Amino acid sequence: MSDLDNFRAETRAWLEANVPPSMREPVRGDADVNWGGRSADYGKNPDQKLYMDRMAARGWTVPDWPTAYGGGGLSPEQSKILREEMQRIRARNPLSSFGISMLGPALLKYGSEAQKLEHLPRIARGEIRWCQGYSEPNAGSDLASLATSAEDAGDHYVVSGQKVWTSYADKADWIFCLVRTSKESKQGGISFVLFDMESPGVSTKPILLISGYSPFCETFFDNVKVPKANRIHDENKGWDVAKYLLGHEREMISAMGLGLSSEGTLVEIAVERMGLDANGRLADPLLRGQIALHEVRARAFKAMSERFLDELKAGRAHPAQPSMMKYYGTELNKSRHELEMAAGGSDTLEWESERSVNGAAPRAWLRTKANSIEGGTSEVQLNIIAKRILELPGA
Amino acid sequence: MPLFLNDEQTMLRDTAKDFVAGTAPVSHMRALRDASDATGFSRDLWKQFAEMGFTGILIPEADGGLGLGLGHVEAGVVLEEIGRNLSPSPFLTTAVAAVEALKGSGQRERWFPGILSGETVAALAIDEKAKHGNAVAMRAERSGNGFRLSGAKQFVTHGHVADLLLVAARTAGAPEDVSGVTLFAVSKDAAGLTADPQRLADSSLASRVTFDGVEVDADAVIGEVDGGRAVLDKLLNAGRTGAAAELLGVGGGAMDMTVSYLKERKQFGVLIGSFQALQHRAAHLYAELEVARAAVLKAQQLLDTGDDGADEAVSVAKAMAGLASSLAVQEGVQMHGGIGMTDEYDIGFYMKRERVLAELFGDANFHADHLARASGY
Repeated sequence: MSDLDNFRAETRAWLEANVPPSMREPVRGDADVNWGGRSADYGKNPDQKLYMDRMAARGWTVPDWPTAYGGGGLSPEQSKILREEMQRIRARNPLSSFGISMLGPALLKYGSEAQKLEHLPRIARGEIRWCQGYSEPNAGSDLASLATSAEDAGDHYVVSGQKVWTSYADKADWIFCLVRTSKESKQGGISFVLFDMESPGVSTKPILLISGYSPFCETFFDNVKVPKANRIHDENKGWDVAKYLLGHEREMISAMGLGLSSEGTLVEIAVERMGLDANGRLADPLLRGQIALHEVRARAFKAMSERFLDELKAGRAHPAQPSMMKYYGTELNKSRHELEMAAGGSDTLEWESERSVNGAAPRAWLRTKANSIEGGTSEVQLNIIAKRILELPGA
Repeated sequence: MPLFLNDEQTMLRDTAKDFVAGTAPVSHMRALRDASDATGFSRDLWKQFAEMGFTGILIPEADGGLGLGLGHVEAGVVLEEIGRNLSPSPFLTTAVAAVEALKGSGQRERWFPGILSGETVAALAIDEKAKHGNAVAMRAERSGNGFRLSGAKQFVTHGHVADLLLVAARTAGAPEDVSGVTLFAVSKDAAGLTADPQRLADSSLASRVTFDGVEVDADAVIGEVDGGRAVLDKLLNAGRTGAAAELLGVGGGAMDMTVSYLKERKQFGVLIGSFQALQHRAAHLYAELEVARAAVLKAQQLLDTGDDGADEAVSVAKAMAGLASSLAVQEGVQMHGGIGMTDEYDIGFYMKRERVLAELFGDANFHADHLARASGY
């Protein structure tokens, strides 16, 4: 048996023995996602913590990070095997975190050794929950026009301004944040800093969304003291870090189209709600056709995600390919939720009832409408594909 | 196994790209059409395919093929270039689908040498109705030492010039039954066999083939009597994956032509490729084709490793390649504007070829339905 075959056999056996059964159930809502952090409440589901700790002990919350920073030190081939074996038993993601999917890769590339040692292991163990301070009221799609200022005060900056659409800012422990350190240049006057959300002068205000939930906040900074040691990369070079990180964010958001943990749920819901006819087919032939064609795209996109990750790890992916993944994955996710709503009919309209689990389906459906807006709108991604991949001329 | 071409496959792709574009570019197809060519492809070119080793990609080394662990990924690499250049070729029916059916059968020693040398052409007599389906109604009755075939098939590409026809016929049961199907290798000179070639929209030739009591020996049976569905499925999986790869080439070729056109055509004093309305259409098309490319490679790899999931992956590949390439040719004509409607310009050829390949071995709806049934709905 080859080394990789051995690794697969050992991984399979370990996962079988260590992934709690409840962590193999489909993710039905945000409550089923473990975000980690100081304020995480595992009272309702202690398995989440048990599972995360077991995975973290092997470095498998971040399988391909170096072991020195809390990772598993796995090769791309081994990481792929771990992913496949987790999919095989429908194991959930042990830890979802902006620290893992966004900040981590940026720190690995741009952070100093001290910064890596300080932050990466705590991300890997799920101890610190991060949020992202990017968008501002007047800097959305045109992100580089951001105005939050960082005044030089010797060994630290004094940060003042406002961010918006900060995901889970009210639940996060630390923030990675884009601030303006120079007005000389638009992109060349931005720096990338980290600070504790408990720092004096930080406040958050949740924004009530159409789903009735508040996953996003307005975040205010009033003369917040941020040590210069917390700046990643050079002063005024933050845009490089931001762009690199956005690529990873797009990757993460596009993964939602995969519906890995919720694979098959659209079909299950449709069968459960609409029933099968005498020939064993969904009772509504038109909706059946729409669902079947959606599933073709969903399965093809699953292959695309595998291909993209393989190419990325091998350094073969086009630098703008994350835009394609983000565009396609989010549009697919929106379409899946539209079909789930159609399949559920009036049952899925219930907003507060116990049997609808407080309207989980309609609230999730509404939440997906942000997928093609956050992290760069679908239209921005299409612009990027057109310019950087197809090399079409500028306007 | 990573889901991208390895170094050897990339080298083969570069070779195939240069070879097909050099010997059979779109102008080659146009010339055959303008000459009302009665064969449907160039026999010289078919020999050159053999000299390049392409016709032996799927033939095992022990049978004179290339061996070297080549498979559906490599066959697909060649088919994509055939698609990109709209090159008329019996490669898909002969070197891919027929070879896959004959592999391991008693008939292989008779037919593989001619396929390896580029002499032999095979055709597939599968479809009986306008839409591809699973039913097989055509009868094969036991007769003496062999069988007597009676019935009709349609959409038999190269049927009028094929040396060998692979024919699915019913030896037991009713048309819709899974069992009771037998696959036969029928030689072109069999008495009672008539092929009536029809020129299709893409100027290729496909025949309506009539079997009027065609007598074949027992050794014409490929696989088991009444158990031909297994070998028919092998043939179809290879054919569908191959057609999907060719569709990627057609769609990719149409997209490349269109994107180039956006970079050279000026209106209102600017390049039309600078208009966001067109940029977004082109970028969306790019995404669809990339996703299709991944689905096709996944199916090829799973077929090559003999994975249980190959059958469903093949349907995903054929359906997705059909959806994406259909978009590519439609957007291609639209974004070319009026010139896209002219016969003089090549983009229309892509639209016609895509329609034929989309229909071959089941369209996107057929495969979406197949996947739905497999998933219990």
